Amino acid sequence: MANRWKNDLTLDDVTPRQAFLNRRQIMAGMAGVTVGAIAGPAFAQELEPNSYEDITSYNNYYEFGTDKGDPARYASALTTKPWSIKIDGLVDRPGDYSFDQIMEGMTVEQRIYRFRCVEAWSMVVPWDGFELKDLLDRAGVQSDAKYVAFETAYRPDEMRGVAYPVLDWPYREGLRLDEAMHPLTMMATGIYGKTIPNQNGAPIRLVVPWKYGFKSIKSIVRITLTDTQPKTSWNMANAREYGFYSNVNPEVDHPRWTQATERKIGGGLFAKRQPTLMFNGYEKEVADLYRDMDLSKFI
Amino acid sequence: MIDVLNKGVRRIHAWPLYIVGVIPAVWLIYSGATGGLGAEPIKALEHRLGLIGLQLLIAGLAITPLRKWAGLNLIKFRRAIGLLTFFYILLHLLVWLVLDVQILSQIWADIIKRPYITIGMIGFILMIPLAVTSNNYSIRKLGAKWRRLHQLTYVAAVLGAIHFVMLSKGFQLEPFAYLIAILTLLATRIRWNRKRVVA
Repeated sequence: MANRWKNDLTLDDVTPRQAFLNRRQIMAGMAGVTVGAIAGPAFAQELEPNSYEDITSYNNYYEFGTDKGDPARYASALTTKPWSIKIDGLVDRPGDYSFDQIMEGMTVEQRIYRFRCVEAWSMVVPWDGFELKDLLDRAGVQSDAKYVAFETAYRPDEMRGVAYPVLDWPYREGLRLDEAMHPLTMMATGIYGKTIPNQNGAPIRLVVPWKYGFKSIKSIVRITLTDTQPKTSWNMANAREYGFYSNVNPEVDHPRWTQATERKIGGGLFAKRQPTLMFNGYEKEVADLYRDMDLSKFI
Repeated sequence: MIDVLNKGVRRIHAWPLYIVGVIPAVWLIYSGATGGLGAEPIKALEHRLGLIGLQLLIAGLAITPLRKWAGLNLIKFRRAIGLLTFFYILLHLLVWLVLDVQILSQIWADIIKRPYITIGMIGFILMIPLAVTSNNYSIRKLGAKWRRLHQLTYVAAVLGAIHFVMLSKGFQLEPFAYLIAILTLLATRIRWNRKRVVA
């Protein structure tokens, strides 16, 4: 079942107007206008999808290197056909699901979501995909399952970055079952109506728009339903900085930087910071999931 | 071979180094303003300037060991390298203040709340008296004290490298390579037989 969630943005919004405006502003800046005076009109701050170029050239995908440009440079080495996801754990129908099997009968829809990285930058991305719930329902989640664990492909021959112990490979992420079943949580297979590029997590990745970007695990090869909270890569690397929940929260700072503001990618050298929204602007949709939790403790 | 090099070095002036040294900064700022530094030019510019600053620190610290161990005398370039280091770290700081953080109250909060920024800031502050006294007049005026004062370079370099190590995400080799390079260059200055650090 698709189309349960309605976009508040449409395809008409896809012109990267902010980037255009900012180029004008840089010219003005060079002509001697002070930095403070070129903040730009308020509407330039509103939600507009980033350009395809921005979305596909500025990525964190450490399996291909830690530089933001490394994934675009090196991820083409990843073989994405054939692809399958092993679904196991507390499910009625475990097994290897091929990409084609997964896509068969799925309604792919476009969703324009805010994307907020834990590093305090953000984008707006028009994803194409389906709700994770539809895939989990197909595998048949058993009643004692409480969490969903995800794993990225680990291929030393194709991923030059895994030669370095930046993280404990393979990359792992996890969600509570109710988060995974939430209608906002999707599996993306495309961007801007095109097949998702390798640097963005081809052929299939998770998108959880109210959490920091690293929760939205790329190039998924395994999904495991469990009754205990799964180990997740960044949390294992530094639990103080990267919590299991990692909900976007302007009131809880990362120990090394503030999360109260963010900079939208694409605004050029003089892009202003903008306030970060609670749950990345999806408070209405997801706040209920955490109503009894102290979010300053469950980071 | 070293004699030929030294002879060659003697024939060239140090002043063109100031011009050559400023070119990368101009180029980076121009690239950032015109889309050459990618989708997020602010961080890119900030990081590149900081990295050049660290590389110049290493270059400056290498001069004494090069003379001591290889007989290569590049001392005439040391002032230019030192001042260029200050120039790049100052630009790095300005990009952080003006383009990156932007918000005045947040800048102060960051300096006191975030250890890697505190450390970087201390390193920068230590470099100010060094830049101010990098001239013949100060050397004459300060005499022996000038050498003592300029040993602050060692502290600033270590703080700079620690700053880099602390700001990286996950376990990354590059910042440690810088730290190791700086510590190695400092170790060459230790007179082991006397068990104390001397310039």
